Amino acid sequence: MWLFLVTEIMFFGGMFATYLIYRLSYYNAWVAGSQTMEIQLGAINTAVLICSSLTMVMAVHFAKIGNRKLTSICLILTLLLGFAFLGIKGVEYHGHWVHHEVPGLNFDFEHHGNYSSGQVAIFFSLYFAMTGMHAVHMIIGAGLLTWLLIANWRGRFTPEYNTPVEMVGLYWHFVDLVWIYLFPLLYLISHHHNG
Amino acid sequence: METAIQNTEPKKKNYLNADYGVMSWLLTTDHKRIALLYLGSITLFFFLGGFFAMLIRLELLTPAGDLVLSDTYNKLFTMHGVVMIFLFLIPSIPAVFGNFLVPMMIGAKDLAFPKLNLASWYLYMAGAGFIMYAILTGGLDTGWTFYTPYSTTYSNTNVVSAAIGVFIVGFSSIFTGLNIMVTVHRMRAPGLTWQRLPLFIWAHYATSVIMVLGTPVLAITIVLVALERIFHFGIFDARLGGDPLLFQHLFWFYSHPAVYIMILPSMAVISEVIACFSRKRPFGYNFIAMSSVAIAVLGFLVWAHHMFVAGISTYAAMIFSLLTFFVAIPSAVKVFNWTATLYKGSITFETPMLYAFAFIGLFTIGGLTGVFLGAVGIDLHVTDTYFVVAHFHYVMVGGGVTGFLCALHFWWPKMTGKMYPESFAKLSAVLVFLGFNLTFFPQFLLGYMGMPRRYHAYPPEFQVLNVLSTAGASILAVGFLLPMIYLAWSLRYGKDAGPNPYRAAGLEWQTVSPPTTFNFEETPVVTWEAYNYDEIDGTTKGVEVAG
Repeated sequence: MWLFLVTEIMFFGGMFATYLIYRLSYYNAWVAGSQTMEIQLGAINTAVLICSSLTMVMAVHFAKIGNRKLTSICLILTLLLGFAFLGIKGVEYHGHWVHHEVPGLNFDFEHHGNYSSGQVAIFFSLYFAMTGMHAVHMIIGAGLLTWLLIANWRGRFTPEYNTPVEMVGLYWHFVDLVWIYLFPLLYLISHHHNG
Repeated sequence: METAIQNTEPKKKNYLNADYGVMSWLLTTDHKRIALLYLGSITLFFFLGGFFAMLIRLELLTPAGDLVLSDTYNKLFTMHGVVMIFLFLIPSIPAVFGNFLVPMMIGAKDLAFPKLNLASWYLYMAGAGFIMYAILTGGLDTGWTFYTPYSTTYSNTNVVSAAIGVFIVGFSSIFTGLNIMVTVHRMRAPGLTWQRLPLFIWAHYATSVIMVLGTPVLAITIVLVALERIFHFGIFDARLGGDPLLFQHLFWFYSHPAVYIMILPSMAVISEVIACFSRKRPFGYNFIAMSSVAIAVLGFLVWAHHMFVAGISTYAAMIFSLLTFFVAIPSAVKVFNWTATLYKGSITFETPMLYAFAFIGLFTIGGLTGVFLGAVGIDLHVTDTYFVVAHFHYVMVGGGVTGFLCALHFWWPKMTGKMYPESFAKLSAVLVFLGFNLTFFPQFLLGYMGMPRRYHAYPPEFQVLNVLSTAGASILAVGFLLPMIYLAWSLRYGKDAGPNPYRAAGLEWQTVSPPTTFNFEETPVVTWEAYNYDEIDGTTKGVEVAG
């Protein structure tokens, strides 16, 4: 499972590298794009995800000591927090759509300063690719959590055998961690500078 | 040593007759059956890719572009490349022989994750399905490299479907790599320390590292290409300020290491075969093992040598050129150690050994011309000419496919329990060697004289060499078809092989052929070094089956 996470790091790493290169090249466009981000929503989502990591850890813990009921409750909480994240993300995506900030389909960006709207389009392309890929991972995670819930409900996990809970836990933390990087990179670091 | 297992009844249960019916194959979690599923699928795609190659060679028989249109020609070489690389070469040895042999060589019952193993075959077939769909709905004309902006903006073919296919096949390869790595770490038989592992395992371990680290980068690159094509993202689009060169960086970050995914397993096979047929422990075991790891590491640091003319800085080109020369060192270590193993060995010339010799010769030519290409000055002269085509095929066909055929013959008795007809096999090995050289050596000359690749027509003065090349390709095709026929024949009429027809070392030879579902009656305990040919030949006692 750790090896699989290394694979995932390389997968997101490709996008992070792309981000870095373009940020260095098109700093001003990055500032402009970043300033359209809803920091409040992003911050709430960060909090939501950190809470979901906590409930996930608790689920793993309760699975290990064999408390089926509390394991289920924690898994359900994690799942709900995951859906909350996706819901808020959906609100943000909707906002970008309304403001014509979706490259390719619906893009019209007013620009001032020495950068082109094309460069801002690249920022949003990367924004959607990175957060979209992250959301896909969240949805897969939600599927895995549901599977754990069913298995737990049937009493599959015991203090001796709870590897699946731990593995899904690792996966869930990894996906959270990706967001912990995405949030500052896309929302925060360029926000307060003036192009 | 064979007495203990020689009396086995031929009718005894083994993994092939343990269960019958289509579902017993499609739902199997036996690594040996999955290996055979892979063997069947990749053979199919090998001949499909070969069919495209024959059409290419037929077109190039005459200078005028008279057999196919230039568009069709573009599709032919693209589909040849995509099918051969993603559907044949990358899964060839790791997914067939790695799957079959890694658990047997380390004395395990199966791979660490049998269900994941089956899932990887289904992913492979699903990916292949998408690629086939792209081919059937008008083909693909981007070249196997999917270079932007052509692939994202201009090509009218079904790039998205092919991209999805490559993406999915990539995950199958990641899962195979994961499985092999975890198996080698966790499932070795008692006493089988890292220093006692066969070199086959070392090379497959290195290959798996590349698969696990490299393939996801290709996956995300392909996703970005697909997004750019569907939603007009601007990441690689220069009109928006995007950078097509970035695509090449990301693509080659995987695709250069990918050639080591294709060649390292072949080297793994050669190390086993050379040791067996010269009856010696490989010279410099540690050096061969470590050179596999070194290739895996250095392979990640040389990608930009594909981009010397693409507009990278001279300084970067010099660095990557130097790093490229470094990769030649571990490759040369292997070649020198193999030849040193032959020295004073008791060499016999069975078919696998012929292929191994072919491999050493052809790979050396392919590798050395790679050093030429790594030198910036020469590369500028021969970029995008047939010199590159010839170099690539010397490594991939002369190395990769030869290694695959070598493995197929060497372990065929173990996989099926039957011997192939030796004289036919030798004939086809010679045909492959001659046909191959006749096909691709003229291409070195053509490339050096300046014939560019990827055109369906060429000036008349290049015709003689092109005719030679096409003639060679015909011989090569016969050399590839023959094994199909006699191996199928041997399934029914071949004589029984017995557990160890070559008196080879290695745990896989100590169980019956074909093996039972769980490989070993009892978990073997290893108390000897790998390649103990002195003991096998010297004393009657030799290897003991512990238990």
